[in-house]
Amino acid sequence: MSTLIQEARPSTPAGPPAKGNQPTRRRRRRNVLPYVLVLPALIAELFIHIIPMGLGIWIAFLSLNQLSIRNWINADFIGFTNFLNGLNPTTAIGSQFFGTLGRTAVYTVLVLGFSWALGTAAAYFLNARFRGRAVLRTLYLLPYALPVFVSAIAFAFMFNQRDGIINKILVDDLHLFADRPFWLIGSNAFVVLVIASIWTTWPFAFLLQLAALQTVPEDVYEAASLDGAGRIRQFFDVTLPMIRASNVVMLLLMFLATFNQFTVPFVLFGPSAPSESLLISPLIYQFSFGTWNFGLGGAVSTMLLVLLFVVSLIYIRLVMPKERIRRA
Amino acid sequence: MRETLSFKAVRAVVLTVITGIVLLPLYVVLVSSFKPLRDVSGPFTWLPETFTIEPYIQMWSTIPLAKYLFNSLIVTTLSTALALVIAVLAAFALARLRWRGQRSFSLLVLSTQMFPGILFLLPLYLIFTQIQRTIGIQLNGNYAGLIITYMTFSVPFATWMLMGFFASIPDELEEAAMIDGTTRLGAFLRVVLPVVRPGIVAVGVFTFLNGWGEVLFASVLTTSDTRTLAVGLQAFSSQVDVRWNEMMAASIVISLPVLIAFLLVQRHLVQGLAAGAVK
Repeated sequence: MSTLIQEARPSTPAGPPAKGNQPTRRRRRRNVLPYVLVLPALIAELFIHIIPMGLGIWIAFLSLNQLSIRNWINADFIGFTNFLNGLNPTTAIGSQFFGTLGRTAVYTVLVLGFSWALGTAAAYFLNARFRGRAVLRTLYLLPYALPVFVSAIAFAFMFNQRDGIINKILVDDLHLFADRPFWLIGSNAFVVLVIASIWTTWPFAFLLQLAALQTVPEDVYEAASLDGAGRIRQFFDVTLPMIRASNVVMLLLMFLATFNQFTVPFVLFGPSAPSESLLISPLIYQFSFGTWNFGLGGAVSTMLLVLLFVVSLIYIRLVMPKERIRRA
Repeated sequence: MRETLSFKAVRAVVLTVITGIVLLPLYVVLVSSFKPLRDVSGPFTWLPETFTIEPYIQMWSTIPLAKYLFNSLIVTTLSTALALVIAVLAAFALARLRWRGQRSFSLLVLSTQMFPGILFLLPLYLIFTQIQRTIGIQLNGNYAGLIITYMTFSVPFATWMLMGFFASIPDELEEAAMIDGTTRLGAFLRVVLPVVRPGIVAVGVFTFLNGWGEVLFASVLTTSDTRTLAVGLQAFSSQVDVRWNEMMAASIVISLPVLIAFLLVQRHLVQGLAAGAVK
């Protein structure tokens, strides 16, 4: 059964079966059927996604604080004030917003870059058969299956100033520092945040890369090697172009997940992260549930929504093959 | 291609480094869970000075771990079951039937899964508060709010994956059943569904995994009575001390079942993910 799926897979588009008209005997009933089937999904989408998204934009224009939040429907409409507060780089809030946005961008680039490289290297070397391959493959999937909060707890313990393994190795064994550095506060916290995030993120790249590499037929390599291309040339000129399509989608998914990362910093640092390692999702959380300024939180959320939308759109236009856009 | 000696050497080095990176945190968690509190509250040692299983017993009374476990089980199981039913129906309509609005609907399903949870957190919190104020149905702080939130967040991805599985089944299978007088839906339920069962199980495990590890909504929508493991485990760290050994033991106990489930179904999941991303 699994081979059936596997064989049919690469060429099967997700859309409806290409077949045209089916027997018309029950046409009337069947015309209602699809709508009945998608109704539950539609209702759920409407109430948990569509309406809240609209409301999320609306509250960005309201004056919401600890008092007015209980009766938010009657809160004052204050126009673009929240946006102006969030976007003015001369105010404390504005500079915090732009600083966080820049930090999140750096964080995303680092996590994405390392995760892609690790995942691709591991998948590439595990693509050929050798002894121990199955064991390593399973092992590398473990961080993906492990709940992210558990991984983050492990990293919080490892980078603990007094009792952690990292300071034991760096200070006691390698004598790199005279004193045990603090890792979870101050500017070091950003380093830990990036490392822990890479550890939880890269197996996703590995997983998809492994599947993508299996779609590259063996004879393409044979042809290339007859032409005198070495392994490295082959990787860049044959392998990468052939798995480009799946990489394009994978990087978009990883970008969206990483840019909005919440779990790792929240578990590492608690509800109020050190300012040097504050990311955009925790910032919105702090504005909203730390200072109970939902209007400001809503404004930052809305700007994030627009930003993600624009970046995704540009990315899709730039790098996705044309026919893919049409099919999606 | 022939594997040269230098290629094998590079492979050995790269894979050794990656294996080390993966193993280190796992080892730290495992070994620390067998240490007494005195050991984990001092400089790290590679091996326990005193080997003990005490943390695995003590952890149940330090924090209300059993309650958190129960809460997580309720919320995750129910949201996964609901999401699967909804997604199977929707995926069937999208992959096997043709109807007006199909494209718009699949675009809707695909696009909502792109947006991060933080965008929905504040409005959902406000909506739940308002529902409680006006019609008295409580959604903040109890299971229901968390269940419908997790369920809805899982539906798009589950639908997307299941569509791929359904589309891979030849139409003839259903048609043969329909000739025997079964309806379209009946043919789907009795013929197609059993064939793609491994795929559905894999999607179910994946959905379960997402709910099991969800922190953002759980941190806002739960109270001390309904707290799930994902936020409850923090309680091992108190003003007085951090019970690292018990926290590690608890981490292992709550991760092991989902790890095993994931490893059992990962082959089907990889196929589904790959199909989704390659499409």
